[in-house]
Amino acid sequence: MDAASPLSRPPGLADLRQTPEPLLSELSTPDRPGIELPAPDVPRVALPPRDLLREALPLPVVGELEVVRHFTRLSQKNYAIDTGFYPLGSCTMKYNPKLNDELARLPGFAGLHPYQPAETVQGALALLAALEAALAEITGFAAVSLHPAAGAHGELTGLLIIRAYHRERGDTRRQRVLVPDSAHGTNPATAAMVGYETVTLPSDARGNVDLRALEAALGPDVAALMITAPSTLGLFDEHMLALTEAVHAAGALVYGDGANMNALLGVAKPAALGIDVLHMNLHKTFSTPHGGGGPGAGALAVTAALEPYLPVPVVRRRGDDYALEYDRPRSIGPVRAFGGHFGVLVRAYAYLRRLGAEGLRAVSEAAVLNANYLRVLLQEWYDVPYNRPCMHEVVLSGRRLKARGVRTLDVAKRLIDYGFHPPTIYFPLVVEEALMIEPTETETKATLDAFAAAMAAIAREAQEQPELLRAAPHATPVRRLDEATAARQPVLRWATPPATRE
Amino acid sequence: MTPDDRRYSREHEWAKLEGSEVVVGITDFAQAQLGDVVYVELPKVGDQVTQMKEMGVIESVKTASDLFSPVSGEVVAVNEAVVSEPQLVNESPYERGWLIRVRPDNPDELRQLLSAAEYEALIAEGDSE
Amino acid sequence: MPFVPLTPTERQQMLERIGVASTDALFEVIPPALRFPRIDLPPGESELETSRAVRALAARNRPATELACFLGGGVYHHFIPAAVGALASRGEFLTAYTPYQPEVSQGTLQAVFEFQSLVCDLFAMDVANASMYDGATALAEAVLMAQRITRRTRVVLGSGVHPEYRAVTATYLGDEAAELVVTPLEERDGALREGDPAPLVDERTACVVVQQPSFFGALADWTALRQACDRTGALLVMVVNPLSLGLLKPPGAWGADIAVGEGQSLGVPMSFGGPYVGLMATRQQYVRQLPGRLAGIARDSEGRRGFVLTLRPREQDIRREKATSNICTNQALVALQVTIYLSLMGPQGLRQAAENCYQYAHYAAAQIARLPGYTVLTPEPFFHEFVVRGPRPPEEINARLLEAGILGGLPLRRLGPALADCALYCCTEMNTRAEIDALVEVLARL
Repeated sequence: MDAASPLSRPPGLADLRQTPEPLLSELSTPDRPGIELPAPDVPRVALPPRDLLREALPLPVVGELEVVRHFTRLSQKNYAIDTGFYPLGSCTMKYNPKLNDELARLPGFAGLHPYQPAETVQGALALLAALEAALAEITGFAAVSLHPAAGAHGELTGLLIIRAYHRERGDTRRQRVLVPDSAHGTNPATAAMVGYETVTLPSDARGNVDLRALEAALGPDVAALMITAPSTLGLFDEHMLALTEAVHAAGALVYGDGANMNALLGVAKPAALGIDVLHMNLHKTFSTPHGGGGPGAGALAVTAALEPYLPVPVVRRRGDDYALEYDRPRSIGPVRAFGGHFGVLVRAYAYLRRLGAEGLRAVSEAAVLNANYLRVLLQEWYDVPYNRPCMHEVVLSGRRLKARGVRTLDVAKRLIDYGFHPPTIYFPLVVEEALMIEPTETETKATLDAFAAAMAAIAREAQEQPELLRAAPHATPVRRLDEATAARQPVLRWATPPATRE
Repeated sequence: MTPDDRRYSREHEWAKLEGSEVVVGITDFAQAQLGDVVYVELPKVGDQVTQMKEMGVIESVKTASDLFSPVSGEVVAVNEAVVSEPQLVNESPYERGWLIRVRPDNPDELRQLLSAAEYEALIAEGDSE
Repeated sequence: MPFVPLTPTERQQMLERIGVASTDALFEVIPPALRFPRIDLPPGESELETSRAVRALAARNRPATELACFLGGGVYHHFIPAAVGALASRGEFLTAYTPYQPEVSQGTLQAVFEFQSLVCDLFAMDVANASMYDGATALAEAVLMAQRITRRTRVVLGSGVHPEYRAVTATYLGDEAAELVVTPLEERDGALREGDPAPLVDERTACVVVQQPSFFGALADWTALRQACDRTGALLVMVVNPLSLGLLKPPGAWGADIAVGEGQSLGVPMSFGGPYVGLMATRQQYVRQLPGRLAGIARDSEGRRGFVLTLRPREQDIRREKATSNICTNQALVALQVTIYLSLMGPQGLRQAAENCYQYAHYAAAQIARLPGYTVLTPEPFFHEFVVRGPRPPEEINARLLEAGILGGLPLRRLGPALADCALYCCTEMNTRAEIDALVEVLARL
């Protein structure tokens, strides 16, 4: 357990203990020369009338080297997958192969305008078609849209499709969407955006959706069940087929939140489980970097019955050529301008090529093996509310530390001192003092062991010196921040420095 | 602990009859559950509120909760101090942290609410779950 | 297997510790008939093989950046300083996620704060969020926000608003799309003119949306529209091209209540449609109705300045069905690119880029207008785009241009038969006089 000593934190963290980095506005020096563009080599015409022009442009003026140092120093204040273990549950922080980024930056992709004539973008359209086909094969669905910008955007697209489907059948009574209490918050938020009323379903004692509650809630007014498979408890529902059959028997559809697909690659096809619409988070399962909060991509897979409703345009093959098709009268319309997040899609496509069919299953097997290994290593120190084999993540409860005045938040902050990014905490909401740990398949056993040792050491510290946890983290650029004052008197922008005013 | 000069709702609001008006706030238990209150959104003077219907929102750093009016009636005053200093709800939930004053449509509605003893029993029940 | 580092021995040790014989035992909860289905995909490849195969696909494209590009329509070919890509691709930015733990995410959080500040300064607005997916969804969310604030549903959309933005807004509004009113687009005196939205704004109107410069490139004076909003209580929502704000009057100065824009023009590659970044800003009084994340200043226990995500309870993970939006993952990395771009360009560089766009576009428009058979339909003043009616269908013209290495304007056929013989041309600081002269020469020969 010596491996878990705080002294073993990765190099680099020490560098993070620096004086605060100034804001760009504080680095600004008015007369410093900036970027020069060539003067236009055409005769100049008069500018538009003055009342259409701006009077001042109060942007900071910072030289190139200072900009480079500023953002390099900022980057060093971040924890990232590239710097260490990042078991943030529900987010699938796996290794993002560098090849993906290199390929997405190729001029043949990054330099394409979305409105170029089809004959000039055949390689890009072929890539999209191939990615759609691969994702359809992995999930068992008939068609895939690559337009949604993120998981929540995929949910929005999927629910709009479900609504269009019911409407077109003249079934206008369906106003309710059922959402389990363990669902991601995006599920009820999306249902509300589409105008549905949300009905929350409880979980049963084994962490499944309560089947009897589902049956009681189903009726001719229910449009859909939104289900996360595996659930946010890291569990695969033991009554999955019974759930989806009950929903279909009531004339409703099953929306699958595929945020946790990293457990199911080559393990089960969601379409075969009775799901009608599924979004996948390509930035999670298909290994495109999360970018500090995005961009993601929320590919949406649907059954044949729902294919006509997909957003426009769709990629169509005509002979040897590909084209974009806009004329689809039953489509819900576009959900984003200019198609999908192509740069993210290139990364997902490259990743899938590397994995191949057998690699997919290997990913999920290792992800599930790693999560279960941590479950067993940690159950001595933390409660496992639903202690059965988990899928790709394990949800623990820190409730037994409460007696020592230690909260899950304190455990999370202390993990930072040990050099690890904390797991997701206080989610899912149905678990008291929740710690949601998703190790992913790309970590070594040594890393998992070191993390478990740190978690155990922290549990012991909670007994012996709880104040150490409550004051953590100790070795970061800033200590715990006063979020209450920040929210009461929000400062959301710098005060524009007078020096930069024209 | 729980003042017995007023009545309580199951949603953790209190209602205190003062003359012909009812003062409304949230309980000490509620503020402790919320943690640091950072924002309070209240109805406007002149708005109509309805018993057990949403009348506003209270936000802490980590959560937000709807406020339900314990009585029906017209809002006659709003505690502007709480709007500018939301921490008053934490510091003094029963006094300086009051939220609104209502001219009740039917003061008998207060009788449908819990007494201090009943409310304490409700909290104790929740704790033991 | 790529990216799975466990050795057979380690695997065995882990299985023993768990107490199962094989990983298959961990999947017994999956219905047996559906477990481990056949996946009909080719075998996995080495890095070299994948690199070759994907490069071959890239090689089948003819990127706009390697042609003389006159294509715009909401996505633009602009200069991107080398430092933007070099800094934004640092692994510490690239492979972090949403800064839920501020102590180890100060880099991302400060960059978000700087992004918000720069958008405020550029837009002359009080407060900006940490980004939306793109300009179109930012507009859709702005309209939903205006409906929440005013508790009204009717929405007036200028016909100069990008048609895809209008369509995305309609998708988001769902049933309430019936409440969308679009101003007429008329051709008068040889010019394409957007109908005045002011007379359509009434007491039932949640907001009126106008785009400056318009989809067709035109600039207008919105003073009277602001007055119509003041009279009726409707909100003024403006869609802007942020690069044009190096030169043009910002939405805050027009009195916009909510301003949105596509950040792609600020240092983001065109990448065949994305990822881009939606910019969104509003007045201080509406901050709690603003969707998306917000970074704010906070002090730590030792009094040091730091940054946190704040006003979090508006968001979906806490407020669930009562959230201001369902947005979770946003465009942080692209917002970072915009932040780096703006800090490198500074006011002088941005102004110069905008002015060069304007000058090249006006030179090109004047040359084309002189050609027999061609008419420039966008009236003065315009920024860097203009509609050209030509003697032949624009698709045919573009095919001829492409032979000369020129990417012609955007055919407007999808906007209706009246514009089937028109294309939207765009110039930026990336064009040169030689490119424009070559374009005019090919057009003259048709």
